[in-house]
Amino acid sequence: MLRDITLGQYYPVDSLLHRMDPRTKLFGTLVYIVSLFIADNLLAYAAATVFLVTAIYLSRVPVKFMVRGLKAVVFLLLISVSFNLFLTPGTPIFKIGFLQMTWEGVEFAAFMAIRLIYLVMGSTILTLTTTPNQLTDGLEKSLGFLNRVGVPVHEVSMMMSIALRFIPILIEETDKIMKAQMARGADFESGNLIQKAKAMVPLLVPLFISAFRRATDLAMAMEARCYRGGEGRTKMKPLHYEKRDKFTYIFYLGYLILIFAVKIAL
Amino acid sequence: MAIEIKNLNHIYGQDTIFEQYALKNVNLTIRDGEFIGLIGHTGSGKSTLTQHLNGLLKASSGDILYNGESIYREGFSMKELRSKVGLVFQYPEHQLFEVDVISDVCFGPKNLGLPREEIDARAKEALALVGLDESFYKQSPFELSGGQKRRVAIAGVLAMKPEVLILDEPTAGLDPRGRDDILGLVAKLHSEQGMTVVLVSHSMEDVARYVSRLVVMNHGEKAFDGTPREVFRHYKELEAMGLAAPQITYVVHALRERGIAVDQDITTVEEARDALLKLWKM
Repeated sequence: MLRDITLGQYYPVDSLLHRMDPRTKLFGTLVYIVSLFIADNLLAYAAATVFLVTAIYLSRVPVKFMVRGLKAVVFLLLISVSFNLFLTPGTPIFKIGFLQMTWEGVEFAAFMAIRLIYLVMGSTILTLTTTPNQLTDGLEKSLGFLNRVGVPVHEVSMMMSIALRFIPILIEETDKIMKAQMARGADFESGNLIQKAKAMVPLLVPLFISAFRRATDLAMAMEARCYRGGEGRTKMKPLHYEKRDKFTYIFYLGYLILIFAVKIAL
Repeated sequence: MAIEIKNLNHIYGQDTIFEQYALKNVNLTIRDGEFIGLIGHTGSGKSTLTQHLNGLLKASSGDILYNGESIYREGFSMKELRSKVGLVFQYPEHQLFEVDVISDVCFGPKNLGLPREEIDARAKEALALVGLDESFYKQSPFELSGGQKRRVAIAGVLAMKPEVLILDEPTAGLDPRGRDDILGLVAKLHSEQGMTVVLVSHSMEDVARYVSRLVVMNHGEKAFDGTPREVFRHYKELEAMGLAAPQITYVVHALRERGIAVDQDITTVEEARDALLKLWKM
């Protein structure tokens, strides 16, 4: 059940998208997210669909695996859809008490749902095809200019990569502690909300303790290897763009122009 | 006839790229009162196997019978099974969470829905079994030493009064003294409480002197099953699996190669000493 969370999990196959420079993928994700927020009509969404399908196809990650990641946002999706359905003013379809469903609401909710699903899938592709290390490298390099205004880019990206790296570890740990408590008769499934929340204590306390233990161990191990921040640090494998990255950037440019053109034309 | 495992298969991450056979057609019968050592290299499937025994993992195919009854049968009470088959995980001290030792040990029996006095009595009894006296009751489990924490965690399982006790690498990360203490405790539980014990380990040395039966796992399959003597005769094959027979086995075989007629089935240093002394006197 816990293994269903795919966000932040690398899927190891060899594909064009896997081999691509992380900066290209990061920028692509950004372009894609921006385009989703600009898009407000069917044509723009069709373009975004083509973009997404192309990315999924090139990543060679089974769609089933990606859809599984959506389960995590189902709840959020339901809330936003129902709010939009009932709280958008416009032509009413039917009315229950003070709640009324409108045509505008239906349209808005549908776009909202698509936007959310696309958003999650787009960012999932990034983490499925890029290892946390590559991701940090890419972020650090592309945001390096912020260093000049005093933002500790290296430290932030290091923190991010560690956080990402720890997701699967903590999931595994949760699974293990859950099993250990179930072996002692703990029941995480039945009962009302308050009982369920109480049942989480034997899971959360050991989980927090183990997270802190891991954090201090990691800090110690890093310091033992003379880590002291990003200043003067060199890379074993510096990033460099290939031909395919240049083509991809041209594709992004075309995509952005298309989205803006559609927006202005309609 | 306590636990019967029939044609058990387990596949992790079925239908994904991560698909992996963890158990392949395992058949095993654990009889009442046995002391079994379950041995295998890292990733041999021994931990996976133990988690099936109390229903924490569900088999991909195959069946497990507890006292003749399939645990996968509709309506079978997993909760009851888990109270009868106690499983002590690897690094069990990581599951401690309560403010003091006694409350933590009470967690298991409390989940069984027992009356207050019974819970207390069981917790005290379990702590006494692992050798922790009253002065520990109100201490925070997080302030104890590694070995003490582990005993508290083991007591937490013992307080449920299991009939079968499974321990997954109970000596991992302990110093030699702590290791001997824990193994001595387990041996005592078997001999004095009459518990059926399954001791999971990757170290032959650890289990050789305690267990009456050894089951060796390799790549998810049962490789050997027999008394330590029988199993250690295959010491060359064990080596190929990344396991080693106890060092004394090597000494004995080396002696035999040089024409000294010691018994090849010797498994402990004490036995070897006696055998050599006997030869010396002849």
